[in-house]
Amino acid sequence: MSTSADPISAHPVQYIQHHLTNWCIGCDPETHKPSSIVDFGAFFLDTFLWSVFLAGLFAWGAWYVGKNLDPDKPGPFQNLVEAIVEFVNQQVKDIFPGSNPYIGPIGLTIFVWVFLMNAMDLVPVDLIPGFTAWVAGLFGADPHNVYMKVVPTTNLDTTFGLAIVVFAMIVYYNIKVKGFVGYAKQYLFHPFGKFLIPVNIVMTTIEELAKPVSLALRLFGNMFAGELLFLLIALLSFSYMVLPAQVLLGVLWAIFHILVITLQAFIFMLLTIVYLGLAHQEEH
Amino acid sequence: MNITATLIGQMLVFAALIWFIKAVLWEPMINMLEDRRARIAEGLAAAERGAHEQELAQERAKEALAEAKQQAAEIIAQAQRRSSEIIDEAKNAAREEGERLKVAAEAEIEREVAKAREDLRKDVSAIALQGVEKILGKEVDSSVHSKVLDELASQI
Repeated sequence: MSTSADPISAHPVQYIQHHLTNWCIGCDPETHKPSSIVDFGAFFLDTFLWSVFLAGLFAWGAWYVGKNLDPDKPGPFQNLVEAIVEFVNQQVKDIFPGSNPYIGPIGLTIFVWVFLMNAMDLVPVDLIPGFTAWVAGLFGADPHNVYMKVVPTTNLDTTFGLAIVVFAMIVYYNIKVKGFVGYAKQYLFHPFGKFLIPVNIVMTTIEELAKPVSLALRLFGNMFAGELLFLLIALLSFSYMVLPAQVLLGVLWAIFHILVITLQAFIFMLLTIVYLGLAHQEEH
Repeated sequence: MNITATLIGQMLVFAALIWFIKAVLWEPMINMLEDRRARIAEGLAAAERGAHEQELAQERAKEALAEAKQQAAEIIAQAQRRSSEIIDEAKNAAREEGERLKVAAEAEIEREVAKAREDLRKDVSAIALQGVEKILGKEVDSSVHSKVLDELASQI
């Protein structure tokens, strides 16, 4: 939140830096960053709390609808949930070979949860961080050292967390359906047959690892870029002259971003179903 | 852009959320949708059956009506036939009765005539004798002329 004494356009780099810094436990006290690119001593409280809050919201909605299911007179909320469930179920039916009672819930969870986390991007970029800084200021903290990054999917931990769980399920169902030997054979003889086993191992390993990595990075990249653009548009407030441009660009980007957040959630869900479907096929 | 311990937390939250959604929302809702689909299909089938049955019933009603009309027509025709028969019978009976009465009357008349002739025949000889006695002024023995008298009487 900018104040007249502290215009954000005066130091745009700090403004963006501040917005891209997490509320972190176990980070470097000076830089507020983890000490290295992989640092399991650090914990991003804002990412975790927001994703848990949204997961809780989704879980509460699911519980509420599931408890009050009325087949004859569905309420508006049940209608909405029914439409989403039917939509996901239709995707699973179209893509997934055979039947597995877990694929539908996995797809639905990814779609709704990722959508909710992405949708945090549509909250004005300074609203929640500013409010948090104000509240922290009431308790005597320095507002400049209060960090709040509200979009969990702009954090690699979230996207990789989802992708690694999906990857674990891919491996699990591969072994369950094909057996350990069948899965190993896939690494040994795929895609070039039995004479190029070393090449096959490298190729298949890359192919398998590319699945979670592409899932995670695609979502992260899209959401991070989207958030960055919102920040840049927020920087346009340096003069009242450019205010119309800021409003116009903000509205346009927000409208476009509605498409992006939905599409990214949908793509994550769709690819998960496709990958799990491939894991269930004997030969591909 | 770092990987931190948050990763573990997110994975756990994700896994728990999948489990929770499956138990609380997905399964009840899919079952309900399945049930509803089945019920709708059942209802539509029942409606179809009902419509079909109604059609059949209409067909049957039409048939029954046609049959009833035909029967009524038959009954009317029969009644007309029967009435003309009765009329004919009555006419015949009347004619026969009339005939019979006529014959009886004729027989009666004949009998009367015969009787009158008989009476006349009985009386004619006496009348003839009386007439002859008057003319002749004397008694005439009827037995002497009985042949002539009988002849006279037979001429009547």
